[in-house]
Amino acid sequence: MREVLDQWTFVTAAYVVGIGGTVAMIAWAWISMRAAERRRERSREL
Amino acid sequence: MHGFANPARFLRIARWLTPIFMVLGIVLTAVALVYGLTSVPPDRLMGETVRILFIHVPAAWLGMAGWTTIAVASLVELVWRHPLAGIAARAAALPGAVFTAICLATGSIWGRPTWGTWWVWDGRLTSMLVLLFLYFGYIALSDAARRQGTGNMRVAAIFGLVGAINIPIINRSVVWWNSLHQPPSITMGKSAIDAAFLWPLLAATIGFSLIFGGVVLARMRAILADMQAEARLRRKAMAAAPKAGVAATGTEVLG
Repeated sequence: MREVLDQWTFVTAAYVVGIGGTVAMIAWAWISMRAAERRRERSREL
Repeated sequence: MHGFANPARFLRIARWLTPIFMVLGIVLTAVALVYGLTSVPPDRLMGETVRILFIHVPAAWLGMAGWTTIAVASLVELVWRHPLAGIAARAAALPGAVFTAICLATGSIWGRPTWGTWWVWDGRLTSMLVLLFLYFGYIALSDAARRQGTGNMRVAAIFGLVGAINIPIINRSVVWWNSLHQPPSITMGKSAIDAAFLWPLLAATIGFSLIFGGVVLARMRAILADMQAEARLRRKAMAAAPKAGVAATGTEVLG
């Protein structure tokens, strides 16, 4: 018996994984950079 | 190149380059992916799943480009002691690992409707999985060196260089061994891909590459800021130590 798969389900899953992973990485890199630069400014004030 | 070895000069340039890379990368990627989803016709053989390649191919390229960055930066660190090379290598590890993981996941999702299986242990897929484990090893090694506070990144740099042997293996795996994975579609100056698929693919590859560059710059700025804060706090603690020592001696005498 031939299995029938909806190709759009796989396309959607791949885009969620790809875009989700990239957006999470950008957000983490930006937030951790800003936090590190704030720590540097605080160390200057101490 | 040595002009950029100065961290202060690098930070001046990176401060305006980071948001430019990120914004341009996000816009170009979004345009390419939306165009790829809505305007590209389904492929004769792959059908609608051809659209997965607009994410999968750039992710594969950046997974390999990430490790090439680590290897080149490690070589520069070991040979010329370039102060920013080790930081660049550490900064490239995480985005490289993320794109390798995205490549493996989207490839597996593409493989199920196209090949009829999520995974096969062939040369291309296995060498790409090895690359992901190499990234994990590199991140663990460089993080351990940082936590020890020795700043000695030599072991991580040597690991980065040795791991580069996997890059040509990934690239040639579909030529050397029988594989379900198709042979290279784009070679020097030639492309077997129709223009309808090629242009969104190239745009997505450039867009994701700009995002990769922006994330590497952001990681380098974060690592440099942490190093500068730690060094400043250490200097202040050392400057305060003799006074504390005098106070302690005084207390002893008084006691």
